[in-house]
Amino acid sequence: MTQPPKGSAAPPPDTAPRRTAFAEGVDRLRAAAVTEPGRLRIIGAVLALLVVAFGTVTAWQMNARATAADDVLTRSQPLSSAAADIYRSLAEANTAASSGFLAGGQETEDSRTRYDNGIRTAAEGLVTAAANSEPKSPAATTIAKLNRLLPEYKGLVERARTYNRQGFPVGGAYLRYANEKMQKEMLPAAEDLYTKENQRLSADYGDAKPYPWAAIALGVVLLAALAWAQHRNYRRTNRVLNHGLVAATAASAVVLLWLVVGHSVARSNLTDSYEHGVRSLNALNEARIASLKARGNENLTLVSRGAETTKVGDTTYDSYDLAFGKNMDSLGTALAEAGRLADDTSGEQPVATANGNMAEWKKRHTSARTQDENGNYQQALNLVIGGEGATVECFDGVDEALATALKHEKAEFEQAAGDGLDAMGYLPQGAGVLAALGAAGALIGIGRRLSEYR
Amino acid sequence: MRAGRLRTGLKGWGGVGAMAFACVLAVLAALLLPMVPWHGSGGGGGADDDGHGVARGSQARAAEECTAPEKQTLAPSGDDGPTIDEIRARKGEKRKLVVGVDQNSYRWGYRDPNSGGDAELEGFDIDLAHRIAKDILGDEDAVQFKAIPTDQRVPAIQDGRVDMVVRTMTINCDRLQDVAFSAPYFRTGQQVLAPKSSKITGYNSTLAGKEICTAAGSTALSTLEQDQQDGRLAEGVDLRTTVPNQLDCLVRLQLGEVDAVVTDGALAASQAAQDPTVELKGDAFTTEYYGVAMKKDADDLVRRVNRVLEEWRADRAGGWQHSYDEWLSETMDDAAKSLPPTPQYLRRS
Repeated sequence: MTQPPKGSAAPPPDTAPRRTAFAEGVDRLRAAAVTEPGRLRIIGAVLALLVVAFGTVTAWQMNARATAADDVLTRSQPLSSAAADIYRSLAEANTAASSGFLAGGQETEDSRTRYDNGIRTAAEGLVTAAANSEPKSPAATTIAKLNRLLPEYKGLVERARTYNRQGFPVGGAYLRYANEKMQKEMLPAAEDLYTKENQRLSADYGDAKPYPWAAIALGVVLLAALAWAQHRNYRRTNRVLNHGLVAATAASAVVLLWLVVGHSVARSNLTDSYEHGVRSLNALNEARIASLKARGNENLTLVSRGAETTKVGDTTYDSYDLAFGKNMDSLGTALAEAGRLADDTSGEQPVATANGNMAEWKKRHTSARTQDENGNYQQALNLVIGGEGATVECFDGVDEALATALKHEKAEFEQAAGDGLDAMGYLPQGAGVLAALGAAGALIGIGRRLSEYR
Repeated sequence: MRAGRLRTGLKGWGGVGAMAFACVLAVLAALLLPMVPWHGSGGGGGADDDGHGVARGSQARAAEECTAPEKQTLAPSGDDGPTIDEIRARKGEKRKLVVGVDQNSYRWGYRDPNSGGDAELEGFDIDLAHRIAKDILGDEDAVQFKAIPTDQRVPAIQDGRVDMVVRTMTINCDRLQDVAFSAPYFRTGQQVLAPKSSKITGYNSTLAGKEICTAAGSTALSTLEQDQQDGRLAEGVDLRTTVPNQLDCLVRLQLGEVDAVVTDGALAASQAAQDPTVELKGDAFTTEYYGVAMKKDADDLVRRVNRVLEEWRADRAGGWQHSYDEWLSETMDDAAKSLPPTPQYLRRS
């Protein structure tokens, strides 16, 4: 509610017994508008108010966007990466456990290290995720569930190892049970967490990117009002410049320009960080998880020796081999997407390497399957977990290349999102200071004109 | 006269059309003819009016007549037939006998995790599979082992995924309707396995209110379900926990998810051998025989396997007794209890 300038006119006679304060104010304003000083006071008040409103709205809207952009960079993206890491390391641990079983009692140093790394990374990731999740949120529930299942899973794998060393097949049964727990409960939960964190990331982007229309509109209105006031001044006094009003106009114009340019730059940087950072990271994470799942299923095909079958139409397939095929398809799709999104050679090269390894993997897998289907189990086993020429080399190649690509894209994301955040930096504070200056200018400018009437 | 008119039209496209018509007639005849006997003989079976009805009827009759399933097999013979010819005709790497086995039955069919990089399966059933392969293909290593879950044994044979199943498979009347069995090669019976500290004493009222684990598709499960229906099973027994393999039951038992396991005594003994804190409770409460299962119409293969079994039992040095001593004597007390009686071959066709 605008407060009419004080003492501009005598209060209207109290004709009606009950009059509202509003009606009274309108009457006073009407009376004030008749005289030039009164009009000047009103104009001065409106201008000052507009400048302050513009500064406040700008500071508020840009502060919200800067916070969201900061969340993207320092909170939701790291959490989305952490969730992807949890998912990946769980899959890695499970794959390593089944490889260890394939190798027999003498688990290799390599498969033990991989298993331990997977469990450790998952446990650490869960701690980070728990610390950053809001209590009682769906993400927190999922994290709690994973925290409960991880030691259960680990217990089953430890028992499997012990029995394996004693030479008892019940070790294999424990491993199947552990795998079932991982495939049916843990990996879906981890995937769910990853999806939720990605949704939060998208939401933060959504909060950071929209144009601050309210501030821009106010700025335009303010500039128009200032122009009109100066034009009126010129018509009445023939003076071209009123220093105060010019200062207010300059300050407002700077804020508006800063606002539009700063946000556009920030927006473009954020868009860049999403298009070339987040989307690439998502595609690469998906590819890495698909390759891990494929490797796990390839191992389980040999562990189960055809014990699990699925009927598609009239043909019976090995369930794990069927799943392997699907995983490889998702790997191919994700790699194609990552390749399309890569925008420089250091991003494209590791994806190309991964693609090459994938093609070789498929080829070697086919010959391993042929051996297995011909009843040459030992040869098939050598082609999968043996040394040179085994599919394990291709899997390692894919995994390493994807790790390199992830590192690169993460750096790109941080660069772009950081630039975006910097472009918005100091805008809220700057807008506040300049708005104060502008308001002062407007008041001084009008005050000078007003003083001429005394 | 009609034929004459047709013949005069046999030129150009008319001739082709006439031939096509003749072909359609021939195909229709081929399709319809086999159905005729069904309808023709249906009268004897009663009100059956379609093929399925007759099939069900004869199955029911077979089940009714089936009293000693282990005797429903063909007399041994070394003659080749279409099934054996097909196996022998396999080329190169594929020239192998495809045998469905278990890889989780300790001492029956399993992979010793400590055998180094060697991934060979071993055990009592595996010995028999090698023996059959040697007889048919002349090479005891010409076998491709496929691990089959308990409830996939019959479908695997019917779909032709395996030539035979040698996997602690009980000969019973239900299964005889879907597959053919060899003569019995092992005698066993259902037994209860529980922790030594458990109050369960056997297949009796001490099982009341307990959770029992069985393998899906096993004779243990079907026996318990039948007994529950007939009221012979103790009150409130929970049979909901079924697993793909009997060994998975030991996992559930160790984790405390179930109170007891019911499975064949031979397999229960192999479970007890892996965990000194569990034991067999009470005596076997059924008598069952293991047999080699094959396709229902593979008569030549059934006869051949029966001949191999005869020789295997007679061979004291490297046969049944040898395998028993090597694999089972440690975990089972008396070979005489396990050796099936001299086979009878009552099946005529």
